[in-house]
Order: sequence, then C-alpha cells, then structure tokens
Amino acid sequence: MNIFEKFMKLDRRWVYLLLITVCVLTYVADFDVPILVEKEVKVIYDRIESLEEGSVVLIAIDYDPNSLAELHPMTYAIVEHCWRKKIRTIFTSLSQNGPGMCDQAIRDITDSLSLDREYNGVTYKGREIVNGVDYCFLGFKPYYAIVILGMGQAFKLPFPADYYGTPLDSIPMMQDIINYDQVDLVVDISGGNITDAWISYGQGRFGFPLALGLTGVMTAQYYPFLGSGQVIGIMGGLLGAAQYEQLADNPGRAKDGMRVQLAAHLVIILFIVMGNVGYFASRKRLKKEGRA
Amino acid sequence: MNRTTLIVVAIVAALFAVSWIAHAVSMSGQKDNVVDAFMLTMAAFLTLAIFSFLYRDNPFYKFAEHLFVGVSAAFWMCQGFWSTIVGNLIPRLSEGLSGFFQVPYQASSWNFAYWIPVILGLMLLMRLTKDYGWLSRWPLALIVGTTAGLNFVRYLRSDFIVQVSATFMPLLSNESHPWEGFGAFLSNLNLAATGQLVTIVANWVIFLGVICGIIYFFFSKEHTGIFGRASRVGIWILMITFGAGFGYTVMGRISLLVGRITFLFKDWLQIIS
Repeated sequence: MNIFEKFMKLDRRWVYLLLITVCVLTYVADFDVPILVEKEVKVIYDRIESLEEGSVVLIAIDYDPNSLAELHPMTYAIVEHCWRKKIRTIFTSLSQNGPGMCDQAIRDITDSLSLDREYNGVTYKGREIVNGVDYCFLGFKPYYAIVILGMGQAFKLPFPADYYGTPLDSIPMMQDIINYDQVDLVVDISGGNITDAWISYGQGRFGFPLALGLTGVMTAQYYPFLGSGQVIGIMGGLLGAAQYEQLADNPGRAKDGMRVQLAAHLVIILFIVMGNVGYFASRKRLKKEGRA
Repeated sequence: MNRTTLIVVAIVAALFAVSWIAHAVSMSGQKDNVVDAFMLTMAAFLTLAIFSFLYRDNPFYKFAEHLFVGVSAAFWMCQGFWSTIVGNLIPRLSEGLSGFFQVPYQASSWNFAYWIPVILGLMLLMRLTKDYGWLSRWPLALIVGTTAGLNFVRYLRSDFIVQVSATFMPLLSNESHPWEGFGAFLSNLNLAATGQLVTIVANWVIFLGVICGIIYFFFSKEHTGIFGRASRVGIWILMITFGAGFGYTVMGRISLLVGRITFLFKDWLQIIS
C-alpha cells in the first residue's frame, strides 16, 4: 500500500483528533484574523446607525441553545449597538427555548452598558438600562405565524403582558407603540424556519424593513430574499456576527471564533486535497495495472 | 457489564466528583454553589459524552443522547401545556380553572367560540383509543386545510411571485447607471463592485442561471443539443449553489465546536481567561 492509498484509507478518527487539536490550540493562541465586511452586513449596521435616539427596533430571538454559539454573538453585538445609541428595543421569542436565550442576553448586555466605552472613536457614557423604558421583552407565544400576524394589528393582542407578567398597557415604552407601524426595523435572529414566517407573514403582509441573522446552514437558502429586496441584509453564521462586531468596533466571541474557523477550514481543505490526490493517484496506478 | 466497563465508569464517576467538589469550593460564598457546581460539571460531562461518539458508540453517548431526547420531549410538552392551554385558553374560558392555575381570569375575553378548540383538541386525543380513533381525523383535516390555505397565499407571494419578478432585471443598466450607449459605457468602464460592468455581469449570471436551472428541471424535451448544453450549465449552477451551502454548513458546525471549546476551557476548566 503506497502513501496515496493510505490517504484514502485514513481512519476518520485521526481527522477528528487533528481538527479538535487545531481548534483548541488556535482558540488558546492570541492572534487577530482580518475580517472583511460584506455589503449585506454593512447595510444592517448602517440602518441601525442611521436611526435616531428613541427609535424602535424589534429583535426576534428565534433560536435555541443548539444555535447559541453562532447566534448569541449577533444578538450581543446588535443589542449593545442599539442601546448605546439609545434605541428602544422590543424582544420577542417565537422559538420555545428562545426566552432563556433572550433573558440571558439582556442581563449580560445590561451589565456591559453600565460601563463607559468608546466605539469607533465615540465615547458612550455608561448608563442603567431600564426594563419597560429602554426595552420590552414580550416573551414566547406558540404558533409563530399567527403571533406575527397578530402583532401587525397590536402587540398586546398576542402579548397582553410582557415576559415578566407586567400588562403591556402599563409599560411606559409601549404607550406609543401599537404595532409594526411604530417599528423602524425588525431583526430576526433565527436558527429555524420561523424566518420564513417573518418574511411571508411579517414583511410580506406589513412591509416593514426586515434584517436577518441566520445560522451558517441556513444562510445560502435566504440569499434570494436579499436579491428580491424582501430583506435588507443578512448576517450569516459566525462570520456575519464577526463582521458586525468589526463594524461596531466591539470585538467579542465571534471575532475570537474566527481564528478557529480559519485554522479548521485550512485543516479541512488539507484533507480534501489529500483525499483527492490519493484518489487520482491510486486511480492512475490501477489504470496502469489494468485493474480499472 | 464487564470489568473494563466498570473501571471506566468508576474513573468517570471519580472525575465527576472531583470536578463537582472543586467547583463547589471555588464558588463558595455564592448562593446555591453546590447545585451550580453540579450543573456545570454535568454540562461538561454531557458535552464530553456526546463527543465520545467521534471515537465510537459507547454507553456514555447513549446515556447523553437518551437524556437529551427525554428532557426535550418533556420540556416541549410542559411548555405547550403552560403557554398554550394555561396561558391562552384557560383565562378566556373559566374563572374556576384560572384560579386553580393561578392565572388572571380575562372575563372580557370570554367567548363561547373558545370551546371549539377544546372540543377539537379532545377529538385529537381520541387517536389514543381504538374505537373512537377515527374522530381525530376531523381536527387533523382542519389543521391541514387551514395551514395549507394560509401558507398557499402567503408563500405564493413571497416565495414565488416576488422571486420571479426579482429575476426580471435590466441586462444593460442599473438604477445608478442607466444605459447611455456603448461609448458612455466604455468611457466609464471600471471594476468597482457597484460599477456598471460588474452589475451587468452579475445580472446576466442571474438571468442565465435561472433560465439554465429551469431547463435542467424541464423533462418534456430530451436534453440534447443547445438544450442539453443549457441543462449542463444548469447543473453547474446548482452545484455551485450546493457548494456555497455546504461551505456555510462547515462554518456553522465549526462554530458549534467553538462554542463547546469555549465552555469546556473557559467555564469548566477555567484555563482560558
């Protein structure tokens, strides 16, 4: 058996071992990977950047813990960007495990906002984020399509009270927000097919500007909606989150993860090349020997 | 259970206990430190148990897999009960039941029509009985019919009409660069991403990609001659699309691995700051 045939018959466990070793080492190592920002991410950043203080952004946290690694960094980057600019946010979770994700993000980002920080040369004073004034967390309701349609009439139809049980009528922030007409941007951060409902039932029916944050697996599937103008921008997987962090000058988990992505992709490419070289070399040898 | 299995289980149990105690000690002073330390160790154990499948199938993986399936099913059922039945239905239906489940009764929302989903829901449960299982077909038919009707109209617009109209694009100009003749085109020639040349090429790629992709799925004419060549271009377009999707999938899976590495080395082992 020559070296090429050995390539072809390499035990997959060696591939896993090498991949995990490389991922751990590059995660521990401290070096920067350049992030090139794509237009579809910049559009989302620019839209939020252009909003005035007091504007309203609806952020739909439609993912479960299994997509947390990819989508949580997007949530953190976008929500922090909104709150630094004093943009009011409404949170919904139309995925069953979403409320836990949203609650955790709100608590973490609230802590982060209490500190003075400088982003892109602008200093933002630390401030207290107040529930009901800076944000309203509506929580989870089943049957997402009906909930999306219901919020188009009035938020209080599907959500008479917020996640913490406070009636919507008594929440200061919601006094002048009735339905999507008062929302300047909807951002759906999703790890499942709830995105289809936001496009069809939400954007299609009510015409609000919709931006998407998607897992890597889903991203390619939703590019046609970007081309048709149904969504204004897409953040795809960890790369999309890293690009947003880069634009917001707020490096976080996604930018850290891109180091590992780079190394892991190089390992995968190496194995693809080795496998193909092995395949073609062994085929050539078999042809020469008249066995193929 | 053979001797080797017993030794492995004992080692894992000992490591679990060490991790639990060590984290409980490091969290001392915090509220619920013993429970939090147990949860952290359990999460690490389950992560490693799932990863162990990469070596080969084993009892730890089986345990983690079955636990996940069981907990998920129970969580979905409880969520469904508390958010749909208790959260949505009972407050609109009965003051007594609202009091029992400690949810505020919405007297103004009471409507006899809310009994219809109750009856349909009970009919759906009839599936569990042998003699009256046929009754479940009616609510099922209602669900299928309304869902199909609702989705048909919405998806026809968003996934078909809008998508088709999005492919009707100008082949020689765009909004920022109207076609003003070949001379003007050459004099403004550049390779900028938003320039006229790149836009024209991109629009042609979409136009030809759509046509060739549709031809590949047109089976009423033999794929020979020009038709066959267009069909082959269609296959290439599809392959490139699948390749892009696969590339994103690889990135997604590595992201999940990054998430678990972060948890293991940062939260559990605390060797990365």
